Amino acid sequence: METMMSVLVGILVTVATYLILSKSLLRVILGTAIMSHAVHLLIMIMGGFSRDSSAPLLGEEAASYTDALPQALILTAIVISFGVTSFFLVLAYRTYKELKTDDLTKLRGHDNDE
Amino acid sequence: MNNLLVLPMVLPLIVGIVLIFLRPFIVTQRVISLLTMVVTFGISLYLLIEAQLSGIVTLDFGDWAAPFGITFVGDSFSLLLVTTAYLIASISLLYVFSSIGEEKERMFVYPLILLLLAGVACSFLTGDLFNLYVGFEVMLLASYALIVLGGEKGQLRESIKYVLVNVFSSFIFLIGIAYLYGVLGTLNFAHLSVRIAEVGQTPILTTIGIIFLLVFSLKAGLLLYFWLPGSYGAPPMAIAALFGALLTKVGIYALFRFFTLLFYHEPQITHTLLAVMAILTMIGGSIGAVAYNDLRKIISYNVVIAVGFILSGLAIFNSAAIEGAIFYLVHDMIVKALLFILVGLTIYLSGTARLEQMSGMIRNYPLLGWLFFITMISLAGIPPLSGFIGKVYVAQGAIEGGAFVLLAFTLISSIFVLYSLLRIFRNVFWGETIISKDNMIPLKKRVLLPGVLLAVATLALGLGVEGIAGIVTDAAETLMNPDIYIDAVLNQGGV
Repeated sequence: METMMSVLVGILVTVATYLILSKSLLRVILGTAIMSHAVHLLIMIMGGFSRDSSAPLLGEEAASYTDALPQALILTAIVISFGVTSFFLVLAYRTYKELKTDDLTKLRGHDNDE
Repeated sequence: MNNLLVLPMVLPLIVGIVLIFLRPFIVTQRVISLLTMVVTFGISLYLLIEAQLSGIVTLDFGDWAAPFGITFVGDSFSLLLVTTAYLIASISLLYVFSSIGEEKERMFVYPLILLLLAGVACSFLTGDLFNLYVGFEVMLLASYALIVLGGEKGQLRESIKYVLVNVFSSFIFLIGIAYLYGVLGTLNFAHLSVRIAEVGQTPILTTIGIIFLLVFSLKAGLLLYFWLPGSYGAPPMAIAALFGALLTKVGIYALFRFFTLLFYHEPQITHTLLAVMAILTMIGGSIGAVAYNDLRKIISYNVVIAVGFILSGLAIFNSAAIEGAIFYLVHDMIVKALLFILVGLTIYLSGTARLEQMSGMIRNYPLLGWLFFITMISLAGIPPLSGFIGKVYVAQGAIEGGAFVLLAFTLISSIFVLYSLLRIFRNVFWGETIISKDNMIPLKKRVLLPGVLLAVATLALGLGVEGIAGIVTDAAETLMNPDIYIDAVLNQGGV
């Protein structure tokens, strides 16, 4: 199970890296979103898997529970990356409106064009 | 009493939230934010003295003992940095008042600055790996908003890159946390350090160490500084002063923590890598600092050189070098804020950031010119000022440790710093005056006040080295002996 998930994380990171290196701003933001999925999945894997452990709810009264800490970490990381992604999308929208381009190669700085 | 330790983070956080509701009342916002900064500075100073008298101050949140809950740890190193950060923030705020403009003041600039400081203080004080990530994000989100505040074209262009680089490095940070948790099963710094010492630093742990080295190098601008000069040129200079003084320093602090507390068992790998990166940073920064004619670019590359210098102290890794690096870190925070403020004033007064378009400003603005002169010799490390003692200790550490290559590069980089700033001083302040008395924009005394205060601070730090030497020695001792830190966190039972 862990191996399969690791391979999946690898694929997601590959896709994300490819997208982040592309020209279009929207693709770059999609790349960061996919990267966030990969990272969250990785944290999940690092908590470990086991077939006979139950969800971390004490009402389940199971013999063993899955590790609750990585789930709390992921929850925190998800809302943070939500916040950042929404800011980034609005920033991209403003940039598109002001600079009339979503091509990252055209967003290079020039010293005297301000 | 230990509960005071949370105030440097919580006080600006609460006040920042309150100020959001006081949006139309600019004067109220100014008074409250300045008051908060000064009060928090006082509290940090008190805590710093307390840590001197009775050892490391720790605080376990919610009475959960150390490895299970989140712990705040105030040792001399982190409290010294928190105190310096609030000193600089208080003074920089005075410059924000006079320079930022009413429009931005209405757009939440004070709440954002307070939240930035909350994130910085949280990163300095935390004893928990994931909490460090959260502290970083609080700081970075505030900095994203501050860098783009005003929404000019240049700002939008640069902030896209700044946000992207930081989002990406935050994900790598999370990957590092995931790996470390997978290998060691804990997140508390002290507990991590114990477990790493137990298993010995296996290759997998060294690899994770290098992942963290990459992450914090991106944040601190160590070798991976490609984003820094553009980003620091974009926001208003008052904001850039805060960035230059605080943001990279948090990355440097994290590097110090990680490579003295956690990954110190294989210095021939990690610290050699640090040394190589520090040397390349100093070379790159020096080239950048002399290559440009844009004032903002020159001072941004000076930030880069300082990062390389401070981390070569960590790379040498003996107590003299670490002490020197701490001295230099405190000095650099103060002087970089001063440098950014003075250059901001120069750009405002001359209406251009180009070196070749300014001349003879010392006739119009003598005090500004001489303040710049003090900054310049302080940064270069001329004896009566604060940059000297740090450089001496780092050099002494390099000689003791036999790191002669690093010694050569750190000393040569000082010459480049001096040369790049001397170029500014010569071109901007000397020569024929091009601004006539009639066209001169009047410079009020009030506007120069923050510059004067910071110059006094750098002088005081240079002359009063004895005063803080005890604190720095203590900080270096804690960094060099992780057991002191671990004892304070794990064995005192959470008072």
